[in-house]
Amino acid sequence: MLIKNAWLWDGKPLCIEVKYLVPDEKLSGVLLFTCKMGELVSEKHVQYILSVEKRKDDFESVVMEHLRMNGAYWGLTTLDLLGKLDTVDVDEVVSWIMSCQHESGGFAGNVGHDPHILYTLSAVQVLALFDKLDVVDVDKVTSYIVNLQNEDGSFAGDMWGEVDTRFSYIAICCLSILHRLDKINVEKAVKYILSCKNMDGGFGCTPGGESHAGQIFCCVGALALTGSLDHVDKDLLGWWLCERQVKSGGLNGRPEKLPDVCYSWWVLSSLIMIDRVHWISKEKLIKYILECQDTEKGGISDRPDDAVDVFHTYFGVAGLSLLEYPGVKPIDPAYALPVEAVNRIFFGK
Amino acid sequence: MHGRPRKAPKPEDAAALSAKAEKLRSLQSQFLANHHYRIYTKEALEISAKLLEINPESYTAWNYRKLAVEHFLSQSHSDLDSVKSIFDEELKVVENALRQNFKSYGAWHHRKWVLSKEYSSIDKELRLLERFQKADPRNFHAWNYRRFVAELLKRSDEDELKYTEDVIGANFSNYSAWHNRSILLSKLLRERREGYCPKEKALSEEYEHVHNALFTDPDDQSGWFYHLWLLDQTTKTDAPVLVSSWPPCGSNITLQGNKCLHGCGISLLSSELSDTRTLPIILYFNQAVEGISSSTVVVESELSITGDFVWKPLSTNNSKTAQCWVTYLNLRNMELHPLKTYPVEISLGHSQGIVSSSGCHYGHPSKIAFKLCVQTAYTEPAEGQAAKRTFWRDENFQKFEHCQESDSNLSVDELITENDLTPTTSNWCAEIIANEITVFRELLSLTDCKIGKLTLARLLTADDLISFPRAKSMVHAEEVLELYTDLVKLDPTHSIYYKDERSLTLLRQITSTRTSLVTYCRNFRDATESVAGYICLRLQNLSLSRMGSIENLLWVQMLDLSHNELRSIEGLEAMQLLSCLNLSQNKFGSFTALAPLRLIKSLKVLNISYNEIGSHSIDTRRYLCASPLCHAEEFPWDRFKILTGSVNVTDFWEAFLVFESLNLTQLDITGNTIADESFRSFLVKALPALKWLDGEELP
Repeated sequence: MLIKNAWLWDGKPLCIEVKYLVPDEKLSGVLLFTCKMGELVSEKHVQYILSVEKRKDDFESVVMEHLRMNGAYWGLTTLDLLGKLDTVDVDEVVSWIMSCQHESGGFAGNVGHDPHILYTLSAVQVLALFDKLDVVDVDKVTSYIVNLQNEDGSFAGDMWGEVDTRFSYIAICCLSILHRLDKINVEKAVKYILSCKNMDGGFGCTPGGESHAGQIFCCVGALALTGSLDHVDKDLLGWWLCERQVKSGGLNGRPEKLPDVCYSWWVLSSLIMIDRVHWISKEKLIKYILECQDTEKGGISDRPDDAVDVFHTYFGVAGLSLLEYPGVKPIDPAYALPVEAVNRIFFGK
Repeated sequence: MHGRPRKAPKPEDAAALSAKAEKLRSLQSQFLANHHYRIYTKEALEISAKLLEINPESYTAWNYRKLAVEHFLSQSHSDLDSVKSIFDEELKVVENALRQNFKSYGAWHHRKWVLSKEYSSIDKELRLLERFQKADPRNFHAWNYRRFVAELLKRSDEDELKYTEDVIGANFSNYSAWHNRSILLSKLLRERREGYCPKEKALSEEYEHVHNALFTDPDDQSGWFYHLWLLDQTTKTDAPVLVSSWPPCGSNITLQGNKCLHGCGISLLSSELSDTRTLPIILYFNQAVEGISSSTVVVESELSITGDFVWKPLSTNNSKTAQCWVTYLNLRNMELHPLKTYPVEISLGHSQGIVSSSGCHYGHPSKIAFKLCVQTAYTEPAEGQAAKRTFWRDENFQKFEHCQESDSNLSVDELITENDLTPTTSNWCAEIIANEITVFRELLSLTDCKIGKLTLARLLTADDLISFPRAKSMVHAEEVLELYTDLVKLDPTHSIYYKDERSLTLLRQITSTRTSLVTYCRNFRDATESVAGYICLRLQNLSLSRMGSIENLLWVQMLDLSHNELRSIEGLEAMQLLSCLNLSQNKFGSFTALAPLRLIKSLKVLNISYNEIGSHSIDTRRYLCASPLCHAEEFPWDRFKILTGSVNVTDFWEAFLVFESLNLTQLDITGNTIADESFRSFLVKALPALKWLDGEELP
């Protein structure tokens, strides 16, 4: 008896398709049995995200205050993936986002803070979720990003000049969503990213920097969005990435590190973009993510029984989406937006 | 939160936390007000310092401090000492912040910013780093900063290499140190520094280092990737090399006037060839190259060729570089005398211009010579000839043993020519690999570990590949196949990785010799055809999860890959003669997985029935092919609208992109989730040449 395929059925039991191989005769069948795997407590996660939005006084909220724009992207994308974006007051969110925009065209992490490319992408992504890209002055945002490109093709995060391949991804993703990729020097941008490629096929922050799954997502994503994935050594990088899966089923971000739910996004999306996701066990990873849920109060944490937060809730749900978990809308691995939103941007004519 | 337990804090902790939150909130609002009004007094700066000490991630506060420094510098009365003390103060704030969180991007960048102003001493930096690197030897911010400081201090690469040696000596389980070693060593090798050229001695020493790590704890991944990198450094040839071509060197190509198949030599029966009378010339390299053109590749023959050859890279994402290049010899306008032989010679590498993506030039001048002759005069195919349906039934395929007598003209030998294009590898490389094989056999005799088996399989494969042109067979193939079979059981989590490697090994074994390849070739003869048919390569039912060895299959016109576990056909675009393809009963999950077919203009018959197209919500191939999503291609809106009318673009664009450029006459797509009535009627519109769809003749 050979197990041919295994998947989740209606979100509950695990269904395994089996293939019986008898000489000269083939029989295939479907065997159903329930297993003890938990299920996604979607409703609780929605409640959790809505509650975080209202809570502003505890220590965590204060510490995270400067990156509320990222928080908005994580929380709202999660709601969208779970089909609950309509519980949000669109006008309120959009007007808050616009109040974070500066003269330069860039967006800040929150009102009163400085603009930075990190928050500019989140702002654009959230507007794309709501199909509200028309409220933004596209040329102004474009000029902010274009001015951050350096002579060597790299991108600075803001006027203070920190260079990182994260910013290359952000610039490319943002301009691509705005249909303005032709405004930067794409060839040089790609060349710079390739100068950060390492012996393991992965990528670092700057030339010489160690490979890290988050950084690999940025570089592979940027190469995907510019149609340059032929420069990636897919088998070498794929092997490094698939070896991120540890015994518990979770993924770590670098060799000999602990697993963390956020890598369900960074590693998984990279594996998908280079078509090597079948090299890991999807079932084990689903199980790991589900074990990291707070099934009472909602939310997902980095590891089982740790404190939950919006960041890991998003990465857990997005990971399940990439794993084709039933009841979660599909997400695009390169744009980090629901496939629906991406289709609207590129095929919405 | 990273690494913090979920349980609710005790009441007293909760109270303390709430007080802390209150304090931080107040600092934050005071700071934002100061920032807004550009207040740079001592008190205001103190507030930002306190804020950063508690929350080093508050990026605007770092910006504010930079503004304050610039503000101070712009005051003309400042003397050198006070400038220095200002920058020293900044370094202190950074240090405090890093003590709170040494993963803070903002803090590390602030320090770099201060040092780049060149007012501060850099002597203390390495000592500071040592403290941080001891506390967290894997912190990549610290390692990045170390590279930055080493450059400022003009420390030699040899000294830094020694540092990684010390770190690894203290604890070999430090991937960051191995990584940095690879960076430094690459540079030393590339620049051919003393002691690192020739590279074999340096590499041998590195192998010794990494053996220590792997033998101490084979399950620790720190040395795994370094060892694979060393193997690559040992075997790789930087300069691009031609590995195969079609027509192959020394072959006789016989062109038939029509679709009949008499005479010797290759039976070119792809209808595309007989219809358009173009003959592809395919060059297959060991790596992607650019710069193939009529000036870098010289074609000499007695054929009356008008104009230059236009060489096209076979790239699925419209790249200028490709591993495989093609040009078409247009025979339509040529006066070819029947029974006369035309020698053709293709030479490359005689002038510069063919370059690999890493910037290496093609350095091995090579020549491909073949002969072309025309059997019968060409006649235009009769108008309105009904396309016959191709059946993939077993009874239509005959082994060569059975048909050889009646079809002595069907010569497989002409098709499959073993090539000797690859230059031989140096002795030291073979020696290193032989030594590594011994070492890993020893490791496996001590412990049954996964990395031991995997590395041994890779080493044996490398050994086969470097000795291949001379040895003429893959002597280790059976052992390698067995190792991968073991690995599937030993490490089920990554089983498909090993299955993929196993498939590649199997295909290398099958295609390495003429004898083994012939056992997979069948004579295809449809019962309704009176003439002899195609030579079909049947690789069905082999549990292949991945396709490979395409450089040996450039001659294939009919390919049966049905009943396997294939998800993609990466590289298949090189098969420029392919006319019939059976991919039925595999694991193809999307149309984008079929994107290589867009480049095979000769393809007429395609069977993709019983796959998983339409069953997946996540498409793993969409960024590996040219599409509007990656700006590689404009979507042909107009053609889409004209052909399909009101069909929803988002539903069918992938299918349209793949099929739109093909001239399929027969398609089987049943058994895929997507293949419902509306999709079938879309296909009929999108594929105007289609005669048969799922076995039904179209009106």
